[in-house]
Amino acid sequence: MMDTFAALAHGMAVAVQPMNLLYALIGVFLGTAVGVLPGIGPALTVALLLPVTYKLDPGGSLIMFAGIYYGGMYGGSTTAILINTPGESASMATALEGNKMAKAGRGGPALATSAIGSFVAGTIATIGLAFLAPWLVDFAVRFGPEDYFALMCVAFVTVSATFGDSPIRGLTSLFIGLTLGLVGIDKLTGQARLAFGVPELLDGVEVTTLAVGLFAVGEALYVASRRHHTEEKLEPVRGSLWMTKEDWKRSWKPWLRGTMFGFPIGALPAGGAEIPTFLSYSTEKRLTKYPEEFGKGAIEGVAGPEAANNASAAGTLVPLLTLGLPTSATAAMMLAGFQQYGLNPGPLLFAERPDLVWGLIASLFIANCMLLVLNLPLVGLWVRLLAIPQPWLYAGILVFATMGTIAAKPSVVELSMLAGFGVLGFLMRRFDFPIAPVVVGLILGPIAESQLRRALAISLGDPMTLLQSPISATLLGIALVALLAPFVLKGMGRFKANED
Amino acid sequence: MTSGDPAQPPRRVDRAGIVIAALLAGLAAVLVWDARGLQSTAMYGMGPEAMPVVIATGLALLAIGNLIDALRGNLPARESADPVPVVLILAGLALLIAIIGFGGGFILATAALFVTTSAAFGRRAVLVDSVIALVMSTLIYLAFDRLLTLSLPAGPLERLL
Repeated sequence: MMDTFAALAHGMAVAVQPMNLLYALIGVFLGTAVGVLPGIGPALTVALLLPVTYKLDPGGSLIMFAGIYYGGMYGGSTTAILINTPGESASMATALEGNKMAKAGRGGPALATSAIGSFVAGTIATIGLAFLAPWLVDFAVRFGPEDYFALMCVAFVTVSATFGDSPIRGLTSLFIGLTLGLVGIDKLTGQARLAFGVPELLDGVEVTTLAVGLFAVGEALYVASRRHHTEEKLEPVRGSLWMTKEDWKRSWKPWLRGTMFGFPIGALPAGGAEIPTFLSYSTEKRLTKYPEEFGKGAIEGVAGPEAANNASAAGTLVPLLTLGLPTSATAAMMLAGFQQYGLNPGPLLFAERPDLVWGLIASLFIANCMLLVLNLPLVGLWVRLLAIPQPWLYAGILVFATMGTIAAKPSVVELSMLAGFGVLGFLMRRFDFPIAPVVVGLILGPIAESQLRRALAISLGDPMTLLQSPISATLLGIALVALLAPFVLKGMGRFKANED
Repeated sequence: MTSGDPAQPPRRVDRAGIVIAALLAGLAAVLVWDARGLQSTAMYGMGPEAMPVVIATGLALLAIGNLIDALRGNLPARESADPVPVVLILAGLALLIAIIGFGGGFILATAALFVTTSAAFGRRAVLVDSVIALVMSTLIYLAFDRLLTLSLPAGPLERLL
């Protein structure tokens, strides 16, 4: 307990250094500006802004990341409220009620309750992170390689199969990611896999190239292909920006309840903020005194899901920082940010670079406060960003997307891969395959493989080692249940449907 | 009880789904073919060829699963897509890669991508867009190459700056 306070105080001392405060401010500002653009979620925001941090030292860059992360989340909800295009599925609940509020001329209070709710939830969840992390680290130190492998199996299954529309399509995405993870030199034997004699492929597939290709290029292609279907309409922010006393009274409980849903579910290695946001939405719908307003712009329906979304974003940092386990596309991009400095999040990082980890956690608090102060006054600026005509908007997004790759590796092969991943992202959107499992598969696949091989080398090739460790056996059992559950439930659903 | 009845949806074989299944099966075959060229040097446990085979097996099973979904017509409904803008954007990317590849520099390459993408989204003012694109790419080049000292590829235009 006291250790956490001491560590956090030390982190604060790192975070309030003037340069670091400036990095956090730039991060928050850029994160919101990019996150507010329609169709750009937090994961893509982080991916697009990675090149900006290339030349910074790791500490400064991670602090900027913290700002970008929270800024991107906040920007996404602004877009959801004002033009009803949620950048990611976790903002869908916000768009549901928030856009109706904006249409009814209550866009200001909707933005305010989402900003203040995000602040409340983000702060509580970051405190949760600060206290849960050291405890989990103590636990994770005892993990052997077989336990890590089993843990990754859980993450693979929950990210791809358990919570999506179709377990088959989710697993297909995951296996495409795992395949991409094989490309390059095998670290243990030095042999090239799936490189086909192309020297650029020996280093493997770059996570940022994949993410930017799938998210940015894929999204641009997809939106362009169905431009004739949808007409986006920007709702002007009319009336007062401030919440009335009544709004406050109706918001504070949903904020707290949303946080209670968001943080634990985000902290589990299950990934995704969709579940807590929809749980929060349906809970508020059930508990409200104004059920007639739901579907027409109820403030509880914005306050709860927004808090849940932000709390779960902070929650996903728990497995990311303590176990090195990304459970969402955004967390995967954060991991890529660590990896560009050769840093691997996990128990070791807490022991070796406490200044870095705790500086990052402290910066989350600071970024949160900055967002609260900055965003409501600047909402006019963000709205103007939303008004950029679509052709220039997507042209600009693509220029930025390719610039990241050009800056990192200006080779024809790398740029062709970017274009190829763009086509893949387009096809996956068109045929309704989830995107995040590809990114998680690419990042975690090679780590899982090396842990498994290490475990088997220690046990002299005996695969029973996976079941002899109680941690690993339990985790593999959970993974198996999580894999089979959607199929069994679907089968039961079909059975019931036949009976009717 | 017409087409809206959920108990009897129109079951049509989805051709695109069959192509997807075939592609997955093809990918699995490539993995196995590639793994056959690897030498297992590990004394104990797994060599480098084990994981590709495991993933290939998974892909093959998923190919079957996707095939079943396609034959049953279980895929989610799709709206019509317009191929012209997609081709335009891909042409823009190809142009960008070619300009970078032949040493044309960052500014020209990204300006070309900007103009084609903007056209793909329905803009017809190519000249205006070209001017905007060139100004924007130049500003980005200056900001990132000079201020943040990232090295972006230089061509004839960049050498003038």
